[in-house]
Amino acid sequence: MSDWLNATARRVPTAVLYLAGALPAIWLLVAALRDNLGPDPVKALEHGFGLWSLRFLLASLCVTPLMRLRIRLLKFRRALGLLGFGYAVLHVATWLMLDMGLRWGQIADDLTRRPYIILGAVALVLLIPLAATSSNGAIRRLGAASWNRLHRLAYPAILGGAIHFVMIGKVWTGESLAYLAIALGLLALRLPRLFIGERIAG
Amino acid sequence: MPFKPDLHWSDVTPEALFLNRRQLIAGAGALLASPALAETPSETLEPTSLEDITSYNNFYEFGWDKGDPAAKAGAMTTKPWSIEIGGLVDKPGTYDLDDLVKGQTIEERIYRFRCVEAWSMVVPWNGFELAALLNRVGVQPSARYVAFETLLRPEEMPGQRDGSFPWPYVEGLRLDEAMHPLTLLATGLYGQPMPNQNGAPIRLVVPWKYGFKSIKSIVRITLTDQQPPTTWNILQPSEYGFYANVNPAVDHPRWSQASERRIGAGLFGGRVDTLMFNGYADQVASLYAGQDLAVDF
Repeated sequence: MSDWLNATARRVPTAVLYLAGALPAIWLLVAALRDNLGPDPVKALEHGFGLWSLRFLLASLCVTPLMRLRIRLLKFRRALGLLGFGYAVLHVATWLMLDMGLRWGQIADDLTRRPYIILGAVALVLLIPLAATSSNGAIRRLGAASWNRLHRLAYPAILGGAIHFVMIGKVWTGESLAYLAIALGLLALRLPRLFIGERIAG
Repeated sequence: MPFKPDLHWSDVTPEALFLNRRQLIAGAGALLASPALAETPSETLEPTSLEDITSYNNFYEFGWDKGDPAAKAGAMTTKPWSIEIGGLVDKPGTYDLDDLVKGQTIEERIYRFRCVEAWSMVVPWNGFELAALLNRVGVQPSARYVAFETLLRPEEMPGQRDGSFPWPYVEGLRLDEAMHPLTLLATGLYGQPMPNQNGAPIRLVVPWKYGFKSIKSIVRITLTDQQPPTTWNILQPSEYGFYANVNPAVDHPRWSQASERRIGAGLFGGRVDTLMFNGYADQVASLYAGQDLAVDF
């Protein structure tokens, strides 16, 4: 199974993932413009972009644990991360332009006073340096060690995004809690490396 | 001297105002109660489409999603239907809905509807004033509040099988709010019987309060001398008060109430400013004279 997966992964160019990853955005935009997103298309678009951002970012967190199962998808990790970032940008753009209608006073108010919006904004800001250094040239310039350290910002960013999702609703929904549980699970897999591993080694 | 007309385009009633008059007439009951409204140059209240009103609902008895009520409320039996009226009334009892509605004048009232989640609609309700019902059963002098309860029937209301919510849904009004001529018991919308997902067969409509006060599918009305418990206030007292008056100056702890998005305005509809008491300040502000609305939110 893993051999077949690895062989397939070697053959598939990453461009395929970028193209496939753009499909949900295209589908959402076409549906929105054709008035197929229900009575509240703005919320549907905003929610859809945010959800796909979380999905791609969580998928990017799966790559390393899968390596321990000898499934090698490392070449797709950058694409997954950038897709997650791209959808986060679309999510924020939808919020600013369509949801808030560019009411800057209210936007500034939300960004300073609403915990879930602050958390979402911080998560996005944390992703910016990661997206900016997602090239082979950047890895060379930074050096692998500091590049790796920098990219651990993905952990708080993704956790922040998942908590942001849980906090939005009038009630906590099973769906948002499931995403948070997946995020916590994937982050827990990193803990042995960060703490316990060192203790065992020591 | 050439002929000069005295009349100018400015003398013609603008179309928007002209159309609006029809709607003002529709709300004539409320208008009589407060002549002030007649002088207010109000916006044109263009009703939200029937499709949007009946497919975008918060009715958690049928699920958390806005589409759940339209999908699942069909299973709710609304005939026969009775309401148990009790507490501090002269004629308590279990009344058949048909008997309660009989003799009431069903009016059309086009009201703004503002959800606490910062979206809004305009709904052409059909119904009668709650005051007419309360007067018929005789409110005793010691009564100060009215408590309402929604149907509890988990076999027809899948959301009620979720144990995390304190079913049945309960709401309440102060007696002066309940007796206000704007407060409606609605039995239909758009001239049709009330769709199940909108709270069939009879629901409350309190247009100056957030939507969750307008309790649906009512089976019990109780007059009390104590402020009754209300569901969202029980669940999250810091976020949802007993009064829940629409107030752009008092934010929900997690989001602003200064503006709202009109359902049906489309992708580029943007936001409109939320009005104090949802635009009904002239009629209801006096009910709260002397109250700090930031405290009594």
